[in-house]
Amino acid sequence: MGIHRGHRARPLEWLAEKFIFLVSLSTILMVFLIFLFVAREALPIFFGETDTALVQTVIPPDEADKLSPAQLQKYLELTPEQFASMDKDSLKALMEVKQEALDEIPEKFRNDPDARANTTDWHYLLLPHQWSDYDKPEYIWQPVGQIQKYNIVPLLVGTLKVTLIGLLFAVPLAVGAAIYVSQLARPRVREIVKPTIELLSGIPSVVVGFFALLIMATVLQKLFGYQTRLNAFVAGIALGFAVIPVIFSIAEDALTSVPRAYTQAALALGASRWQTAWQIVLPAALPGVFAAAVLGFGRAIGETMIVLMVCSASVMSWNIFDSARSITTTIAAEMAEAVSGGPHYRILFMLGALLFAATFVSNMIGGAVIERFKLKLEGKR
Amino acid sequence: MKKLFTILALSAATGIAALAGNITVKGSDTLLILAQKWAETYMGQHKDVKIQVSGGGSGIGFAALQNQTTDLCDASRKAKSSEIANCMKAFGKRPTEYKVAVDGLSVYVNGENPVKELTIEQLAGIFTGKVKNWKEVGGPDAPITVYSRENSSGTYEFFKEHVLKGADFAASAQTMPGTAAILQAVSKDKSGIGYGGAGYGTGAKHLSIKKDDASPAIEPTEESIINGTYPIWRYLYVYVNPALDKGEIGAYLNWIRSDDGQKIVKDAGYFPLPAKLRQ
Repeated sequence: MGIHRGHRARPLEWLAEKFIFLVSLSTILMVFLIFLFVAREALPIFFGETDTALVQTVIPPDEADKLSPAQLQKYLELTPEQFASMDKDSLKALMEVKQEALDEIPEKFRNDPDARANTTDWHYLLLPHQWSDYDKPEYIWQPVGQIQKYNIVPLLVGTLKVTLIGLLFAVPLAVGAAIYVSQLARPRVREIVKPTIELLSGIPSVVVGFFALLIMATVLQKLFGYQTRLNAFVAGIALGFAVIPVIFSIAEDALTSVPRAYTQAALALGASRWQTAWQIVLPAALPGVFAAAVLGFGRAIGETMIVLMVCSASVMSWNIFDSARSITTTIAAEMAEAVSGGPHYRILFMLGALLFAATFVSNMIGGAVIERFKLKLEGKR
Repeated sequence: MKKLFTILALSAATGIAALAGNITVKGSDTLLILAQKWAETYMGQHKDVKIQVSGGGSGIGFAALQNQTTDLCDASRKAKSSEIANCMKAFGKRPTEYKVAVDGLSVYVNGENPVKELTIEQLAGIFTGKVKNWKEVGGPDAPITVYSRENSSGTYEFFKEHVLKGADFAASAQTMPGTAAILQAVSKDKSGIGYGGAGYGTGAKHLSIKKDDASPAIEPTEESIINGTYPIWRYLYVYVNPALDKGEIGAYLNWIRSDDGQKIVKDAGYFPLPAKLRQ
């Protein structure tokens, strides 16, 4: 039995092949469906179909008869099927609920101009606004309360702040370790160091978060003497530990796959091992190392538990020793209580879609750079 | 073909029969431990009843109640009008509300903090960020670190409505994932202040609260919370679709609010209903 021309696959092989094809197809389908789901839940925000105005015009239940069925259906936000299935009494009861909602609003908010605003409008989401309790325009994320404030800028800033601190900490360490392990270390040392660093990726992020919350926060506060014990700096460093193994293993692969001939030529010309590693191998592997950093960014921006445990106050501040709240933290912490289908729920899905786009783009850039790197090493460009 | 239908019909019928002794409970994480204790005790007494309890949050509970995937919904807050409306759209009736326990909220500070009592107004000032230093409320000269709960927590919402009178928490308030985390943070932070269930305790000092300048400072004890003299307390609720509130489920709800059921409340760190609200 050898492979020769015209060899026909046996039924079992054919079956296995089709099965693998189906599995890969279902993965693609899954990604597509997830995206579709997230986008569908978030769309009303983009189209401005949500309304969070606290004080809404309420039609007294007694005047139900004055409305046409179509008006009534729209007023009560019912689908045609729901509307058809309801009798007069239950429609009236629904109208009473609307009336009650209005009566429940405390006096203080009745005459507040903010109570009539639709706070999911894009300029409330992105621009600072002077709310009635505040003395200057501010970026405020306070989605629960009488007047819901959904400014996403503090979350974007928080996410970037924590991610960048994490990367600034992780990239030099991980790339340095990769250079050492792939170029300088003796084989014996390499056999111990490499699996140990990769073991880091096996630590669940909850455990890293817990460690950071209890021990790192205290130690770092003693070292740097800042005011807030739990802040973006601690979260970034803890995040770095989760990202290091990702960057390390990809960067190490890239450095190792630089052709041996480069190193040998450099050494033959009298370069030291350090010079070879720093000036020959690293530049040759730079696209791969860059891709590692980009993938590390994707991992860092999507990490939830560590940031959730270590710091989460939606402060609008670029100071690294202030607290921060990331997008993932916000989704994880708030989704459980958001009224399903309500504006808060929709905004959280919109944040999810944003995150999806950000990781997708960063992974795509990483992938493209790796591709270029491969072509370059094969001498095709 | 006919045979197939009979089999299907039979299995459907047995499925319904098997469900008869099953009660599903879903909702507030605050109530989760208490709901589990209730379920365990009740199942111990009634061998034929199976009760499944899961958490997720009051919002998740209401969504499940509306989709009719749960029988009972635990909630640490009152249903919002939008949730009531959703339920009415789904099953035509307003869900029935039962008060099942009382929860008192304490304000915690570090054990080394000399401040012993605060008024509600001072609390509002501290938690909204207007009062920034302990010396403004009779403490040492140190900046205040505010610890709060996640905004998904019913406790957060209650505190915001009843202590801050609807104003926003300070943006710099650290949000913690649970009461235990707040206690842990306050016990490590000399200038920290946080809030949470009065049943929790160790590690931090509970402040006495004054309703206003003129009223006496009340310590959060079982007695002061149940008789309502301690100012920060709330009810915990169970919601049910009125069409299901009979038979096994009705009996279980009655039992929860009976003296037997209320005995268990204290083990979970909450306080029993006053006698007039019991079944």
